[in-house]
Amino acid sequence: METEVTRMQAEDYSLFYGKFKALNKINIKIPSNRITAFIGPSGCGKSTFLRSFNRMNDLIPSVTTSGTVFLDNRDVAKEDVVELRKKVGMVFQRPNPFPKSIFDNVAYGPRLHGTKNRSDLAVLVERSLRQAAVWDEVKDDLHKSGMSLSGGQQQRLCIARAIAVEPEVILMDEPASALDPVATLKIEELMNELKKNYTIAIVTHNMQQAGRVSDYTAFLLTDENRAGNLIEFGSTKQIFTTPSDSRTEDYISGRFG
Amino acid sequence: MTSGIRRTGIEKTMKVVLLISALASVLIVVLIFLFTMKEAMPAFREIGVWKLLSGTTWRPGNGEFGILAMIAGSGLVTLGAVVIGVPLALCTAVFLSEIAPEWIVRIVRPSIELLAGIPSVVYGLFGMVVIVPLIRTIPAPGNAGYGLLSASIVLAVMVLPTIANISEFAIRSVPRGYREGSLALGATKWETISRVMIPAARPGIISAVVLGLGRALGETIAMIMVIGNSVVLPTAITGNPLSIFLSRARTLTGNIAVEISYATGVHESALFATGVVLFVLIMLVNSSARFLLNKGAH
Repeated sequence: METEVTRMQAEDYSLFYGKFKALNKINIKIPSNRITAFIGPSGCGKSTFLRSFNRMNDLIPSVTTSGTVFLDNRDVAKEDVVELRKKVGMVFQRPNPFPKSIFDNVAYGPRLHGTKNRSDLAVLVERSLRQAAVWDEVKDDLHKSGMSLSGGQQQRLCIARAIAVEPEVILMDEPASALDPVATLKIEELMNELKKNYTIAIVTHNMQQAGRVSDYTAFLLTDENRAGNLIEFGSTKQIFTTPSDSRTEDYISGRFG
Repeated sequence: MTSGIRRTGIEKTMKVVLLISALASVLIVVLIFLFTMKEAMPAFREIGVWKLLSGTTWRPGNGEFGILAMIAGSGLVTLGAVVIGVPLALCTAVFLSEIAPEWIVRIVRPSIELLAGIPSVVYGLFGMVVIVPLIRTIPAPGNAGYGLLSASIVLAVMVLPTIANISEFAIRSVPRGYREGSLALGATKWETISRVMIPAARPGIISAVVLGLGRALGETIAMIMVIGNSVVLPTAITGNPLSIFLSRARTLTGNIAVEISYATGVHESALFATGVVLFVLIMLVNSSARFLLNKGAH
């Protein structure tokens, strides 16, 4: 852990929905080029926490925060949100391709950020789809609607779309929970490839998945006031074999949640 | 056992009742068309369909029955209403669905719904005392204020609620995932609206515009009150081609409503023929819209 480069970091980070405290003073360092999994029972705030890294919680008017989230040691709250989201991409629980062609889905981000040249875009689209391991399946149908693909392909298309803007970090909010086991496996294999170039943070309900894919695991749990707390953070191996907190052990061994 | 028989009985009866209700509207449309057509037949036979449609003079006293001027009047005033009303309605819809905070929506939306409830004769009055005098200030020879532009403005306000309401609903129905997906890629709010939300809502927006078009083509009394009602083919009154909208005109609907009370013989039949033309026009608009809708869905 000590030898890792920190890509993102939270410092005494709390989040409130109106008066309700949803996250309580979270401190964590997300290492670069690793997969960090957030696990915990429903409602523990892990998705909310994930969305703090690209400020998606800004969309909810009642949300207020205290403490700081950093990307490369810079306070994300002080960044331009458009620039921040360019650097911190996101993949959602339900595959959400736009009702546009496969090509236009992947080209959407680059076009926003100024790539207009058709051949530049074509190169970028192919590279992104290849990186997302979906190129071979769609290369002859780039003009077809992204919605015409299967769920697993749609999710890889969404990953390609996120990659196309060349982010540093990819946030994944239960990216495989709406997919069948085969499609899930493909996404997991893909994540392993992607961590060479990107830092990945993933929220998952599925403990086996966290065990299979992640290098580090953070366990979140609500306290008596229903606020999410970070109980334990460490290498996935350590969390799954020798957790230091009894609550982590109870959760891992399936005693609740 | 008896209850079983009774229940299947109810089941069958309900099926028939529902079928009849559904067929009733089809039947009524067909009946209206047939009866209008029947009354219009003498005119079609005596004047000739082509002559009726392409004739530019309407002088019932002289036995001249050309409705091209009225077709142009209806067409132009509807076009004007669309050009003014659709952008206004779309902006309203986008504002209400994407931008306005809840408390503003709670004020604006009921006002728009109220707009839909105002009787068209009141719109006509409003047009006469507010819009017409305003248009009259445009310096052009022969501009009396009454004409296509005044009528288009009044009509634009009248179709605004229909188009704005349905478009707002269409935009609100776009899955939340699209918006989040776009924002998460670093799109601004406006980029998200213009590149994802509106395109995704397009089928709904098109049907909203078409419903508005139908309403515009059918509007009668408010048009009679502000359009000037001269049976002339609208022409530009100055060198500027846009000044065609300062021209007086008459709509198909207005033609029927103004003259039906005293018309007899071929004249009366020609008014029914005007109704048939209106009917066909609206059907054309609706079916082309359905075509566009289907195309947008694929």
